[in-house]
Amino acid sequence: MIKEAKVIFHNGKQYIPDVRNVKLKAPFRGRPEISNVKVDEQALIDICPLGAISLNPISFDMGKCAFCGECAFAFPEKIKFTQDYKISSNKRENLIVKEGENNFIQFDKEAIRLEVKKTFGKSLKLRQVSAGGDNSCETELGAAGNANFDMNRYGIEFTASPRHADGIVVTGPITENMAGPLRIAYDAIPEPKIFVLCGVDAISGGVFTDSEAIDRSILKDIKVDLFIPGNPSHPLTIVNGLLDLTR
Amino acid sequence: MNKLDSILRIKNNQSVELQKIETLTYADFYSIVLELLKKEENHCVTYFAYRRKDDLQFIIAIADDKNHDIAILSHILKARKKQELNSLTQSIFALHIFEREIYENFGVNFINHPWQKPVRFPHNRADKKLQINDYPFYSIKSEELHEVGVGPIHAGIIEPGHFRFICNGENVLHLEIQLGWQHRGVEQLFLNKKHNLQRNLLAENIAGDTVIGHTTAFAQTMETLANKQISEQLHLERALALELERIAVHTGDIGALCVDAAYHLGANVFGILRTAIINFTQLWCGNRFGKSLVRMGGTHFPFTEDLKIELLQMLAKYEKQFEEMADLTYRLPSVQNRFDFVGTVTKKQAQLVGTVGLSARMSNIVKDIRVSHPNIAYLNFPYQTITLKKGDVFARFLLKKKEIRKSIAWIRNLMEHFQFDNKNTQKPDYQLNLKPNNLAISLVEAWRGEVCHCAITDENGDLSHYKVKDPSMHNWKALELSLRNVEISDFPINNKSYNLSYCGNDL
Repeated sequence: MIKEAKVIFHNGKQYIPDVRNVKLKAPFRGRPEISNVKVDEQALIDICPLGAISLNPISFDMGKCAFCGECAFAFPEKIKFTQDYKISSNKRENLIVKEGENNFIQFDKEAIRLEVKKTFGKSLKLRQVSAGGDNSCETELGAAGNANFDMNRYGIEFTASPRHADGIVVTGPITENMAGPLRIAYDAIPEPKIFVLCGVDAISGGVFTDSEAIDRSILKDIKVDLFIPGNPSHPLTIVNGLLDLTR
Repeated sequence: MNKLDSILRIKNNQSVELQKIETLTYADFYSIVLELLKKEENHCVTYFAYRRKDDLQFIIAIADDKNHDIAILSHILKARKKQELNSLTQSIFALHIFEREIYENFGVNFINHPWQKPVRFPHNRADKKLQINDYPFYSIKSEELHEVGVGPIHAGIIEPGHFRFICNGENVLHLEIQLGWQHRGVEQLFLNKKHNLQRNLLAENIAGDTVIGHTTAFAQTMETLANKQISEQLHLERALALELERIAVHTGDIGALCVDAAYHLGANVFGILRTAIINFTQLWCGNRFGKSLVRMGGTHFPFTEDLKIELLQMLAKYEKQFEEMADLTYRLPSVQNRFDFVGTVTKKQAQLVGTVGLSARMSNIVKDIRVSHPNIAYLNFPYQTITLKKGDVFARFLLKKKEIRKSIAWIRNLMEHFQFDNKNTQKPDYQLNLKPNNLAISLVEAWRGEVCHCAITDENGDLSHYKVKDPSMHNWKALELSLRNVEISDFPINNKSYNLSYCGNDL
């Protein structure tokens, strides 16, 4: 008993008191900023392995970005990754960062359904479905509930059964083989419910976009409530995204 | 005997011209493979087929742990011939998964294969009519026995797979694991993607918990094919990242096992300790899993003397807390009682199914690429493998702790004796020219066991085949065997003690 108490004492307080304001250190790569410096535009577009950078104006789609940082290494005067981890949004187009506009990523509060805030503001139980995820986003979703990030203090938890859940968090590019089970799990969740895409693979397909083994047709008729970028998404990005959506 | 002596042998991280690989008749291929695999020091690291014009070329790579080299054998199955071969699995069971894979991809029938079933239902399988829901499970018609089906979606934040138990009351008689749900077409994408950075990203996403293991194997394969020389420092940096990955995942696994033994103090503290390690990886390269760290030809994130100070401080703190917590956890009677003598895989069974890595070492089989086929990093800074005898959940639980200590000692030794020189860094090089008509192979001892990447180039120096093997391919069968004659409620502790990869298997 004394030994146990010692362990607790030696480990001290581990939770992050304010998950809204944590200073992460470089080289962590969060929200990118694009300066107005003129560079070889075609070379800039070509450097991105996932086609996340486009022209007129030069913009950067975090929903397609694996945060590998190659663009910032090649054009350090043009693209700079900040340590801002609050990069989730309920609107897909809000994940696109434009040249010269160095704003925080916005939530479209008007677009959030009324019942989402009303029902899930104090308690949110989620079902996670990995549909081709590589187990990094899954691990980070688990870490969001550990002693450091402690998402449970806000009443946000993962449940075993979709019947007990208020929504689904998808990771992975949605493989052909998982498309069916994902649909069954989604249908089993009672209304009202939310649908969350976590990680670059889930949001856009990531490096698997052109694969013949994926089937993203489920996204045609389900409205996505939250996009959480990252490869994998950082637990702080996950917790803040869910908080912004529900309260 | 003469034939055995003339076999082509290469070293780990070496390439060979395709024309030097002799194509044998299947009868010769068959007898030589049997002859080789009879010896305890030999095991198959990869066995695959690929289309060469209309014909099918088969390549098998058999690693020899005594001679520290890899035998490469080949035969061709002509398109006009009947697409069937005598199964090797009936004599060497460890080959079952490779023959199943070839059967599924190309429709080659292996005569007398005891368990010829689909592996992962890939998008480019031979029989598109067969769907993942049609998997032919083993079943028993019995009044007394019942079947329990679990998954593909499980009751936790975990990847999908389907488990089918045949039970007598609470007792499991048989478990069959059906995978494939995670199939993303990784191997095909290696060929489709033409830019090497895209391929590098792909390697990073094969298994997110084995980022360093897979990406190192990829980088070494490509560098070998391009004759690109890598500095000792870069090799050591990759090995350091590999050991950190091992420590982090093992710590997480120990915590996860504590969850299942309902020991919450252990679960929380080991979870916190894992955070310390992966946060260091983030400090090094910006990503907690080491994504973006390993690049072909070099790295954007060289290890520095400043990082060395941070690392040693972090490890000192980690070690203190870890030892204090482990001392309590591993002596706790309720934990010991929960894990002892559960899910035992004997040495004989493990050899039969051909387990690798930690799953082999827990049954007293010395299998470790760092020792048997080391690259420069482990030649200059040797690692000593540890094995245990019992092969049960407790053995796996204990081995993780012991391997963490070994890895920390290895890192300390490296930090003490190697000066990281900032001027000596290599930048990534994505413009590597690959040698035409070559085959290269790379083995890496990742935390689960050996990762094997094998690439073949065509006459233009472009990739014509890319084969990935995650250690889980060998080890899933061991989990099935662990469940024989244990209570079904012991499944979670068995599963977590292995922590095998779904996406690494499904690709």
